[in-house]
Parts: sequence; C-alpha cells; structure tokens
Amino acid sequence: MIPQEIHDAIKTRFADSIIESKLDGVIDPWIKVSPDKIKDIAHYLRDEDSLTFDSLMCLSGIDYTGGKLGVVYHLHSMKWNHKITLKVDVTADNPHCQSVESIWKTANWHEREAYDMFGIMFDGHPDLRRILMPYDWEGHPLRKDFKVPEYYNGMKVPY
Amino acid sequence: MGLLDQKFENSNIIITSMDNLLNWARLSSLWGMQFGLACCAIEMMATGASHYDTDRFGIFFRGTPRQSDVMIVAGTVTLKMASRIKTLYDQMSEPRYVLSMGSCSNCGGPYWEHGYHVLKGVDRVIPVDVYVPGCPPRPEALIEGLMKLQEKIRNESLAKRKSA
Repeated sequence: MIPQEIHDAIKTRFADSIIESKLDGVIDPWIKVSPDKIKDIAHYLRDEDSLTFDSLMCLSGIDYTGGKLGVVYHLHSMKWNHKITLKVDVTADNPHCQSVESIWKTANWHEREAYDMFGIMFDGHPDLRRILMPYDWEGHPLRKDFKVPEYYNGMKVPY
Repeated sequence: MGLLDQKFENSNIIITSMDNLLNWARLSSLWGMQFGLACCAIEMMATGASHYDTDRFGIFFRGTPRQSDVMIVAGTVTLKMASRIKTLYDQMSEPRYVLSMGSCSNCGGPYWEHGYHVLKGVDRVIPVDVYVPGCPPRPEALIEGLMKLQEKIRNESLAKRKSA
C-alpha cells in the first residue's frame, strides 16, 4: 500500500481522529492523530489484514518548544513491506497519551524512555518508571526548559 | 622492577628494608578490579589480553572489589554510576589505588558542558592516584599509567602513609 491508501484506510474508520497529514515531499510520510485515539488506530493498523503493521520500529518523544510535546511512531509491515509514521501532539501542561504497549511490546521500554526524557505520561502502560536516569532524579532532561541541577546527591554536576 | 629480584646471588638471603619489601610485593601484583564503564573498557580489555598481556606485570583482573588493589575507572562516570563506584571503592581493602582512564573519568570529556548526566571527573567522589589522558587511551598509555602507579607505590613508606 502507498501512504495515501494507508491514510484513506484510517480515514474511513477514524474520520475525525486525523488532525493533519503530510504524505508527499517528505522522507517519512506522516499522519497526525489525536492522543486519545492512538490506541484504537494502532490496533486497527496491526490487525487489519491489508495493513498488518506488525513492527513498531521506533517510538520517540519530541519537545517542539513553547509547551508543545509530541510522540512519533514509525511503523513497518514485514508482511507487505510498507511503512507509515504516526504523530501525536500533547501539551506540557497535560502530557497524557494512550499507551500502545499492549499492541506492540516494543513500546514498553520506548515509552519509558519518552517518559524519562520528556515527562510524557502514557496511560495504560503497566510499568511506567524511569529507564535511564536514576529513580530519584528530578525533571526530564530533554525538555527544552530543563535546567541542569547544581548538585545531585551531594555531587556537583556542572563542570 | 629490579628492586629485589636482582639481589639474589649466591644464597637465598637478602637484606632489605621493610618498606622496600612491602612496596615490591605490592607493585608486583596489582590486581585490578574487573569493571568497565564505556569504550575505554575495550582498550582496557585489549591491554589485559594476549597482545599487551598485563599478566606479565602481575596485573590481572579480579571479579570482586575485596580482592582488588587497583580500580581502573575505564569510561564515562554517570551520576547514576558514581554512587556505585563510591560503594565499590569503599569495599576495597587498603592499600587501594585508583587509576582514572580516559578523558571522561578525568574531567567529563566530551560531556563536560552539556552532559547533565555525567560526573565531571571521578575525583569528585573518590581519590585518584594516576590520570591517563586519551579518548580512549591506547593500551600503551594505560600500561604507562600502571607503571606510573608502580613508581608511586615504590616510593611509599610505612612511616608516611598514603594521604588518601
């Protein structure tokens, strides 16, 4: 399937969930969907036979600055060898997004990393805790407004 | 070397000072603690392997801090790891030595400015005897560092304890 057909397949099922899309002139054609529908859409993309997105290649968190955060899902179908990118926007004030851990197990650690680095809360994740930083770390380091602490556990952090 | 092992001639009796004897024993069997933190550890492993073969100096790696004399901090010390390193250092029995290997553990290395997660030098948590520069240092450099450490041990004295 080409990206336009994938887009149309989602559009017929989840017409009002697609916020925006860009399918031409980009390396990874993407579709932006609403954060409270991502799980249903992901489920559909995996289980529909003509789509069969059986592999979540990557799940990334993004800080777009100005209080806007996002999650990006790179999907691949090993059966049909087609790809699509899903995007979700959340705000820094209410950084909640549905977890897709129950659909692709890959998402488990990826969502933990996005939570650790950006503070995006994945609702429905079975074990959402920090994966890279220490458990008693404060703040989310890849946020643009993150300030490096002067001390951590009595150790000076800046050079 | 050449401190005591040249002195065996006709009989099995040698006369030396206690300092010399202890220092000779210590510097001739520097057992390292077997742990690596980043890419420096690859060079450290290469140093211990057959091509550079630190075994010939009596330097080989032990799996526990309690049997180790020297801790080679090989790699980036993250803040998360720093408290573990402190614990491991505390578990080593004296006399104990620390060799900081590579730019990261010397001063933070490439992470010195933006590394929110990196301790800017392992000497902020444990005392360091020898610093080996490099990113990562070649095995020759690490061996040079170990020989500097041997030099330091050779000049130690029971009366004047190591300050650290």
